[in-house]
Amino acid sequence: MPISDQTRSEAAEVIARYPQKRSALLPLLHLVQSDEGFVSPDGIAFCAEVLDLTKAEVGAVATFYTMYKRKPSGTYSVGVCTNTLCAVMGGDAILAELEAHTGLHHGETSDDGVVELEHIECNAACDYAPVVMVNWEFFDNQTPESAKQIVDDLREGKDVVPTRGAAKVCTLKEVSRVLAGFTDGRAKEGVAAGPASLVGLKLAQQRGDTA
Amino acid sequence: MKLTPVLSAHWDEHESWTIDAYSRHDGYAAVDKAFAMGPDAVITAVKDSGLRGRGGAGFPTGTKWSFIPQDNPKPKYLVVNADESEPGTCKDVPLMMANPHVLVEGVIIASYAIRAHKAFIYCRGEVVHVLRRLQAAVAEAYAAGHLGTDIHGSGYDLDVVVHAGAGAYICGEETALLDSLEGRRGQPRLRPPFPAVAGLYASPTVVNNVESIASVPAIINRGVEWFSSFGTEKSKGWTLYSLSGHVKNPGQFEAPLGITLRELLDLAGGMREGSELKFWTPGGSSTPILTAEHLDVPLDYEGVGAAGSMLGTKALQCFDQTTCVVRAVLRWTEFYQHESCGKCTPCREGTYWMVRILARLEAGHGTDEDIDTLLDTCDNIFGRSFCALGDGAVSPIQSGIKYFQDEFLAHRTHGGCPFDATASTAWAAPSSRAVNA
Repeated sequence: MPISDQTRSEAAEVIARYPQKRSALLPLLHLVQSDEGFVSPDGIAFCAEVLDLTKAEVGAVATFYTMYKRKPSGTYSVGVCTNTLCAVMGGDAILAELEAHTGLHHGETSDDGVVELEHIECNAACDYAPVVMVNWEFFDNQTPESAKQIVDDLREGKDVVPTRGAAKVCTLKEVSRVLAGFTDGRAKEGVAAGPASLVGLKLAQQRGDTA
Repeated sequence: MKLTPVLSAHWDEHESWTIDAYSRHDGYAAVDKAFAMGPDAVITAVKDSGLRGRGGAGFPTGTKWSFIPQDNPKPKYLVVNADESEPGTCKDVPLMMANPHVLVEGVIIASYAIRAHKAFIYCRGEVVHVLRRLQAAVAEAYAAGHLGTDIHGSGYDLDVVVHAGAGAYICGEETALLDSLEGRRGQPRLRPPFPAVAGLYASPTVVNNVESIASVPAIINRGVEWFSSFGTEKSKGWTLYSLSGHVKNPGQFEAPLGITLRELLDLAGGMREGSELKFWTPGGSSTPILTAEHLDVPLDYEGVGAAGSMLGTKALQCFDQTTCVVRAVLRWTEFYQHESCGKCTPCREGTYWMVRILARLEAGHGTDEDIDTLLDTCDNIFGRSFCALGDGAVSPIQSGIKYFQDEFLAHRTHGGCPFDATASTAWAAPSSRAVNA
């Protein structure tokens, strides 16, 4: 698939942020993913062309990082944290239920192209375990039932709302633009902090504790 | 011990992430104070405060800044390590989500001190809303004249770039992070040279954790003596402790260094109903596990070190009696295998084989030699790789066997895991917990 004109002009903007242009490679890979939904051979060739690298050099980087999709994948990546704490708190059970519910295993996408199921590593929300991420938005304190509801809603075309994040989960292409450094104007949406983030602060306020 | 909310003090306020909210609480006032002090005095103040790196290693922050060779003609860089990925660690993400401006203000002061005119915030990619808040905060700071040219009329210029990672735990290691920021695979570098001498683009570079940098504005605003009045002799100040797992009210607790897990658990309402603490990590999965006998260990760098572990990121993952240690250790080891960058043979090969042995043990098919083989493999990984990932990988195994060897053996005699995994879930009924007690 050819790289869009918009991506070509935005690539120059990304490169201009850095003192040395190779530093733009990770954001550019996010950018081509926002264009095509994955990092295609065309996307790799484009990054190589604009950064004066070989395709092998770009490919070596693209394959190192797990967020870059190497084949067309779902509009929504549903990732269940199965690192130790989340796994013990129910992440393993959630993943097993989602696998049974969708017939998908790690890295597989539903036939309708909507949902890719993944197990993911610790996503820095352990005080909200077990955690599910949908396109890298937080769904805190999940259960097998709540996780199945997310998947069903996504496949029925309904908006799903993260616990701490934007007003709705955006598509993988949309999110990849943010990762490439282009704002989507959604920073003002959602909460400042979830309840677990505020446990210590609320207690300090009740006790009159200050620094 | 009392709680000391500073970084977290305003997280409950309306749109706390905005510059308006931050400005209501002396936001960006420390920048002017720092400019009036001059860069050397800022470094001295941060040194004197006793602030130590909050990303795990605990290296004195001001000392790190003083290592930047000012006679080196190359540009200097500040790189903020916002790649929070250590299992159990969940402090920087809520901080950046609720108050990104305190980080931006810290970046300005730190960059000014080391004479950098370009700073990068390298944030892991898997937290898109945090990236939105960081991008918005940097844009607001530019619009308000806190970033860009001639900041506050001082003549000092600074540009800040928010850079998203792409999914690799190893990029939390500072030299791997620098390679990644240069557009390469995230693989650690051999040191020396240290980043202070040859870091980003082989130029003098300071790499600091988010919480370390975010602590600087308060130190400048309220003074070195105020900051160092908190904490213990060698571990000064306050910090974010993150409680997670089988506790009644998990979450973030900002307290002076040296508080104990017993005190923190009291604040968190104790373990959940019917639960007893079985084992815990003081600072993420790379820090050796401890048990209930360590409840009164002061949670500072020295106290946890003396107990045979490390303070790390203060990520206190608490597991109760329903948790199988072998399952926990296997899962962490699978993580290290997955995240090993592959550069160093002991780490790459060792983590692979340890997963196989642990999986066999957990399934009840272990051999008489397996525990010795595991410990021998650990010895051959520890200290034999470029970075600390390999060292971290052996922590759960060595400490798990140290405290719970019987449980490893029980999997053999039982022919599999003797635990009921459903009893450890967040939704399990309290009555199910007696089974394994």
